[in-house]
Amino acid sequence: MTQEPKLLEVSSQANYPYNYSAGRLLSFFFRALRDQQKIYGRKCSKCGKVYIPPRPVCGPCFAETNEWVEVGPKGTLECFTVVYFTFLDPMTGKKRPVPYGYGLIKLDRADTRIQHFLSLNDPRKIRVGMRVEAVFNEEREGKLSDIKWFRPVE
Amino acid sequence: MGRRAAIIATGQTVHKSKRREVNIVELIHEAVSDCLKDAEMTMADIDAVLIGNMEHFEGVYNADLWAVDGTGAWLKHGMKITTGGTTGASVAHAGYYHVASGMFDCVLCVGWEKQSDGDTTAGLIFQADPLFERATMSGAIGTFALAASEYMNRFGITEEQAARVAVKNRGNALNNPCAHLRKAITIENVLQSTPLAYPIKLLDMCPTSDGACALLVASEKIAKKKSPNPPAWFKALSTRHDQPFNSDLPLLINMRSLRDAAKEAYAQAGIKNPLKEIDVAELYEPCTFAELSWYEALGFCELGQGGKLMDSGATQMSGELPVNPSGGVISTNCIGATAMIRVAEAAIQVMGKGGARQVEGAKIALATGFGGSFWTELTILERD
Repeated sequence: MTQEPKLLEVSSQANYPYNYSAGRLLSFFFRALRDQQKIYGRKCSKCGKVYIPPRPVCGPCFAETNEWVEVGPKGTLECFTVVYFTFLDPMTGKKRPVPYGYGLIKLDRADTRIQHFLSLNDPRKIRVGMRVEAVFNEEREGKLSDIKWFRPVE
Repeated sequence: MGRRAAIIATGQTVHKSKRREVNIVELIHEAVSDCLKDAEMTMADIDAVLIGNMEHFEGVYNADLWAVDGTGAWLKHGMKITTGGTTGASVAHAGYYHVASGMFDCVLCVGWEKQSDGDTTAGLIFQADPLFERATMSGAIGTFALAASEYMNRFGITEEQAARVAVKNRGNALNNPCAHLRKAITIENVLQSTPLAYPIKLLDMCPTSDGACALLVASEKIAKKKSPNPPAWFKALSTRHDQPFNSDLPLLINMRSLRDAAKEAYAQAGIKNPLKEIDVAELYEPCTFAELSWYEALGFCELGQGGKLMDSGATQMSGELPVNPSGGVISTNCIGATAMIRVAEAAIQVMGKGGARQVEGAKIALATGFGGSFWTELTILERD
């Protein structure tokens, strides 16, 4: 018989449902990804900065954004990583598959960057400053993952 | 600044990756008892109790209520403050505000985390925006990996320069009896350690620790009449938040929030040359690359020169401005306590109670708190 450890633990597995409102602007943005395979940024009415993700207010100006600007689908990779360690993904409750690449991409005509996955056909060829483009999924649901990842521009 | 206030005592647990022999309340109580002992006071002397942690790590959301037995907050004024990675510093700042306002004379501040009860990376992902950044985010490691790749590319910072930070801080931790990781390492150990997320390797990154920290903020009257320790007076405080998404920041690692907070705090404190005028700094460096970049944002050197400052030895214990004599976050990281440990260690230095980690004659100490997405709580303490 194995001996019971002196110190006990009480385990708990929470399965807690969340349903986040996308709001007006992100609904437009996600619908454009799904239906047109297009990426839209939102322009500040004061400083003219084009934001990804779209948002109602430019924080530094505290002014409303008032215009949609189509951005990308090409852009420049400004920083990246390849993740080797696995971890519990709270989005799925499972271990996230590794390795995977992601980075911050400055889409053409946008002023902020977008954080997204990178295709990892050849991780050694990923470089800061390389040109990349969005690859859309065949099946799209109206969320950010409708963009599968960014791959190097041929 | 409001009414004058000082930290008059500090307390810490022994920090380890797993403190399975205690539950959360017992862990908190250790730090509180240690702090009261340091102050030579009892709970009867305390007017208010403030507490904070990263709630989503343990899935425990009302610690201000149900840790009352451990904190001593029973039927006292108090509140919970949670601001992410900066929590511990936010609680210490709130302690200052309570006393500086004139409404309280002796405020107990508590920061804690029991990471072995939960899952840190999952918890950190839960802190990111649900619609945009959670899918790609991989906790602090991935965020700093992105930042480090940009930092290396933009300024030519090398992995070896970053490794020197780990060697320095882990070496300093040998002098700190509370530190979690107390084993000397070499540059080769760091460079050859397990890759986590390019370019971050295991020994570039902070550990996950169980632990708690407490400190006592007192009015001038209490600090001068009742404190057994030389008071560590608040000289300057500053807080800055940046925009919400990592992707909003034009340069991920060189924090605008830290740069601006430092400018304001230096103006409050009358500091013109921080490298010369500050005696010791406790920086919240979640990874090696971050410490180099924080040097730049804090004005210890020019933008992009953090690696060279490290190479010069200026931030070693024997240097002009020793950084992280405690061993820093790379040696100990009980997150809700981590930013408070920076403030407590800064206080210990100006009190002259650092033992083997004491910087000789330290009079002015700086402490930073870091939180995602790249925001700052900065504190400057001084001895009379």
